[in-house]
Amino acid sequence: MKKIESWKALEKAASERILIIDGAMGTMIQRHTLDEAGYRGERFKDWTRDIKGNNDLLVLTQPAIIQDIHEQYLAAGADIIETNTFNAQRISMADYGMEDLSYEINVEAAKLARAAADKYNKLTPEKQRFVAGAVGPTNRTASISPDVNNPGFRNVSFDELRDAYKEQVKALIAGGSDIILIETIFDTLNAKAAGLATLEVFDEVGVTLPVMISGTITDRSGRTLSGQTPEAFWYSMRHLRPFSIGLNCALGADLMRPYLAELSHVADVRISAYPNAGLPNAMGGYDETPDDMACATEPWAADGLINIIGGCCGSTPDHIQHIAEHVAKHKPRSIPEIAPKMRLSGLEPFVHG
Amino acid sequence: MTSSAAQSFINVGERTNVTGSAKFRKLIEANDYSAALAVARQQVEAGAMVLDVNMDEGLLDSEKAMATFLNLIASEPDISRVPIMIDSSKWSVIEAGLKCVQGKPIVNSISMKEGEEAFLEHARKVQRYGAAVVVMAFDEQGQADTIERKVSICERAYKLLTEKIGFAPEDIIFDPNIFAVATGIEEHNGYGIAFIEATRQIKEKMPLVHISGGVSNLSFAFRGNEPVREAMHSVFLYHAIQAGMDMGIVNAGQLALYDDIPAELRELSEDVILNRRPDATDRLLEAAPRFKGDGSGAKAKEKDLTWREGSVEDRLTHSLVHGITDFIEADTEEARQKLPKPLQVIEGPLMAGMSVVGDLFGAGKMFLPQVVKSARVMKQAVAYLQPYLEEEKRLSGVDQMPAAGKVVMATVKGDVHDIGKNIVGVVLQCNNYEVIDLGVMVPAAKILETAKREKADIIGLSGLITPSLDEMCFVAAEMEREGFAVPLLIGGATTSRVHTAVKISPNYHNGQAIYVLDASRAVGVVSNLLSETESKPYVDGIKAEYVKVREAHLANEAKKQRITLAAARANKVKIDWSSYVPPKPSFLGTRTFKNFDLGSLVPYIDWTPFFQTWELTGRYPAILDDNKVGVEARKLFADAKVLLDRIVAGKWLTANGIVGFWPANSEGDDIALFADETRSKERAKLFTLRQQIARDPSRDRAHIALADFVAPKETKLADYVGAFAVTTGIGEEAALSEHFKATDDYGRILMKALADRLAEAFAEALHAKVRRELWGYASAEKLTNDELILEKYQGIRPAPGYPAQPDHTEKATIWDLMNVEAETGIQLTESYAMWPGAAVSGLYFSHPESQYFGVGKVERDQVEDYARRKGWDVSEAERWLAPVLNYDAVSARNNAA
Repeated sequence: MKKIESWKALEKAASERILIIDGAMGTMIQRHTLDEAGYRGERFKDWTRDIKGNNDLLVLTQPAIIQDIHEQYLAAGADIIETNTFNAQRISMADYGMEDLSYEINVEAAKLARAAADKYNKLTPEKQRFVAGAVGPTNRTASISPDVNNPGFRNVSFDELRDAYKEQVKALIAGGSDIILIETIFDTLNAKAAGLATLEVFDEVGVTLPVMISGTITDRSGRTLSGQTPEAFWYSMRHLRPFSIGLNCALGADLMRPYLAELSHVADVRISAYPNAGLPNAMGGYDETPDDMACATEPWAADGLINIIGGCCGSTPDHIQHIAEHVAKHKPRSIPEIAPKMRLSGLEPFVHG
Repeated sequence: MTSSAAQSFINVGERTNVTGSAKFRKLIEANDYSAALAVARQQVEAGAMVLDVNMDEGLLDSEKAMATFLNLIASEPDISRVPIMIDSSKWSVIEAGLKCVQGKPIVNSISMKEGEEAFLEHARKVQRYGAAVVVMAFDEQGQADTIERKVSICERAYKLLTEKIGFAPEDIIFDPNIFAVATGIEEHNGYGIAFIEATRQIKEKMPLVHISGGVSNLSFAFRGNEPVREAMHSVFLYHAIQAGMDMGIVNAGQLALYDDIPAELRELSEDVILNRRPDATDRLLEAAPRFKGDGSGAKAKEKDLTWREGSVEDRLTHSLVHGITDFIEADTEEARQKLPKPLQVIEGPLMAGMSVVGDLFGAGKMFLPQVVKSARVMKQAVAYLQPYLEEEKRLSGVDQMPAAGKVVMATVKGDVHDIGKNIVGVVLQCNNYEVIDLGVMVPAAKILETAKREKADIIGLSGLITPSLDEMCFVAAEMEREGFAVPLLIGGATTSRVHTAVKISPNYHNGQAIYVLDASRAVGVVSNLLSETESKPYVDGIKAEYVKVREAHLANEAKKQRITLAAARANKVKIDWSSYVPPKPSFLGTRTFKNFDLGSLVPYIDWTPFFQTWELTGRYPAILDDNKVGVEARKLFADAKVLLDRIVAGKWLTANGIVGFWPANSEGDDIALFADETRSKERAKLFTLRQQIARDPSRDRAHIALADFVAPKETKLADYVGAFAVTTGIGEEAALSEHFKATDDYGRILMKALADRLAEAFAEALHAKVRRELWGYASAEKLTNDELILEKYQGIRPAPGYPAQPDHTEKATIWDLMNVEAETGIQLTESYAMWPGAAVSGLYFSHPESQYFGVGKVERDQVEDYARRKGWDVSEAERWLAPVLNYDAVSARNNAA
């Protein structure tokens, strides 16, 4: 496996400090209160379906807004920015009849993030910034039936997911991503399809990038939506030998901690965390201030639980700046050695040896 | 921190394997996946740590069967919690399986049978799908049978895997082939020891790998003699595990303990397996019949299947009552052939079976969790009949399928209690009825509007507090006015057959109001009401019954003698105030308790009513060992404790409460509360009701009112009264939506029931604090929780709306006195129910003679007097006191007019 230059730089940076990943894209887009016409732009003004809410499309219709958000996060201190491609594979894009645009959207999204990162790499060459090509969970689940009366039914197959992810990952690499980030995983089987797709694309294009993986514990049951515990989830993803494993979304920092601690204890790779700015309030907004969030996450750094930190829903450049300031004085978690044992999982972990 | 313990020997469940289990093969061939899932569940319950799934059968579409079964397992958390072993000799089947498993499974197996290239290609895929792998000791020349071949093939495979593609050694499991011994063929005699010795050498050379094998092959020669086979397996494993075998495909439940094997059989088996003497096989063969016995040596628990000998009707009933799905389709088919029409199978034997379930449940011989299982069996039988019903429909043009009925349910306006209603909803849904649950505090207009829009077949109303009875009468009258004719079901703690017959039913002539005692009855009632043939006779029966109930009620009323209010007052509780010094509270006014420690409330929980919620009757803790409900009660209790720990640890609920004390003196049947110790300015007045029941005068018992427990004004004693309101329901809604799936009725009901218990516990804990500290009249009190539940303490804490003061509106005074809503977040609805529902409020009385009592029915003279004191007109008093009136307010008014 030949490591590209940026990978080496990423590993070096991660060994020196806790890396900062950016905050919410959606929250920032909302501030622009775009209407239907705003989403459509000139190019899609006659599109036959409503497309307001298709945030990923904005890389084509409002590229300036997206690039500006990237730059705001870089200015706030982010080492890693995520491409605006959470829903950009063809399975989710089909909601808008835009599945055939997914390759283009992913390439353009990666290019925008690349341009923003390159701009900051020139401004602060001593601190290299990285673009993570964001691969989301899709709007379907490969191991949960959408029909309660027919538990064996699936509305998406592993192969469909793998194919959609391959197209996305190829495009993210073509647009200049430094990292592939498989994130907000609520069904591990989807993520396994994304992982397989990523490895196949690496083979096909002859480039290998670091892979970051981030699951989502949906509630205080301490499980993913598909029912796995954090440890079981790690054993399901471990074969990808990722750059990092971690958690994002769904929970605020206070509720995320025990699951993060569990992962930190069992995973012999870097740990990432980007929680929401608290839990959604009655209006669907998020209440944690930048200072709240920074104070809630700093103990993770102080206690040596994390290598990479940032924010998910409800977080803003201001949040990221506060978090970055708070964790700057702490060392990154040192990666533990884990004894070689057969580590299997169902919904729960099973260790043998 | 890690939740998993390292396991020293892995039992792989082997029964979900079509090549190893004829029963499982038949189920898969018959497409009976629900029974196949039951086999998987049984394996996990019996202790299988990994579940082997094999669909290699020539006539099956094995790829499809593998995917179907694994997808179904994914929906069963009880099964999918363990890792899967995807077992096939065909790569395409393995890959189909890998695409359905979110965990990290084991692939069983790959080998070098077709050369290195294919082997490595498969291994690389296994790696990318994220699985461990079983590698058979098999190469281009065939399966390894000698020690040397076994070891050398495994070494070669190991080098390829770890050096060429970087496969993790700890994820490699070698299967060095277990072959049958004692077959009579001499070369086979060394197979047992060859496996054991090869295992030892492989583990020495490659310590991180694992060794597995299919043990049952070993004893193939002794088919039909289970005791001997089990002994051989045990002996073999005993030695192989010592050599390093750490995984086996075995039926763990059927394995005899090495030490439990009869010494002679053990030695004979050992001779064979370790190949210790040339005549070992002959000796074991000779002795084997003696150990065959009656089969009692086998651990397999033969199920008692004598019930299968009964008539098809009896068998269907048996399956329904016991929740058994194994035979339901065969029996349903038999009944279908016997009866002229498929519909008659449902209306005849299946309904008959369900009514047995209902009767047993009603009689306390079956329990709610079991009824849910019965409902599932019923559902499966109906599903089986579906195609026949449709065929009938096609031929006759008439819809044969009984319309799966639609029930609109609601807790009525002003009431917030819904646990019972939710249970009824679950049971109805289990029985294929569509339930539209409108939730709590639902106004009549919304109920009727929904019922109209949804074309509901039935409307169900629920309520717990007494004002809800009135609201139900109102809903019934509205239904009449809007021209409804669908049945109206009435349920909830405060409702009764008498009230339904006497008060609700007369408001609704177009349709029928029917009282439903509990969840078990609901299904029977609804199915009767919706049956084309049964409905009319059933409703006629109810009508006739309710006429009788009304007559009996009137006759009874006439018999129930009451004494006049004046006479009752003359016989009030006689307390000698002259020598009494009322205790003074440590403070006057109110004190608020916010975020009270939930954990400290747990010891105060009275568990008995918790079990009542689930219709399991008996006192805690004896109920856990009850012959009848003990098993179900223990399961429920275990679930409750786990959830309670999570609630407390996660602070899912917020406990807020408030306590207040005021200078007080009774004035007749009222209690005046004063703003301060000067007792010059009245702050509020509490109104109480007095017993009027006519008793045998020789029994010297007072006619009690709460006012009797407070020193009368004329005594000039400085007495006091307290009040409280507590809740543990804040955060309940959020916790429900955050921690429970919408479909998790069981969890949601459990959560609500626990919140209710915690509120009661809070009231109990606070009362103890009041007695010992805040009022402090019993500072030396030391009571156990049991004694608390038995109310062995001094002083009482009666709640408005309950027997000692049936008037819910008195809560408004408490709210006003303590600013309860602002201080604690507890609101009062228009019916004076508390919201959140997990709340308790009441008054504190300290006098040693104060006691709990029931006011019972009151006469018109007291109602008129009470109305005057409260500043109501009589009809308003009658409305709030409706449940305790000893006369029919409506007819009394009509007579007067």
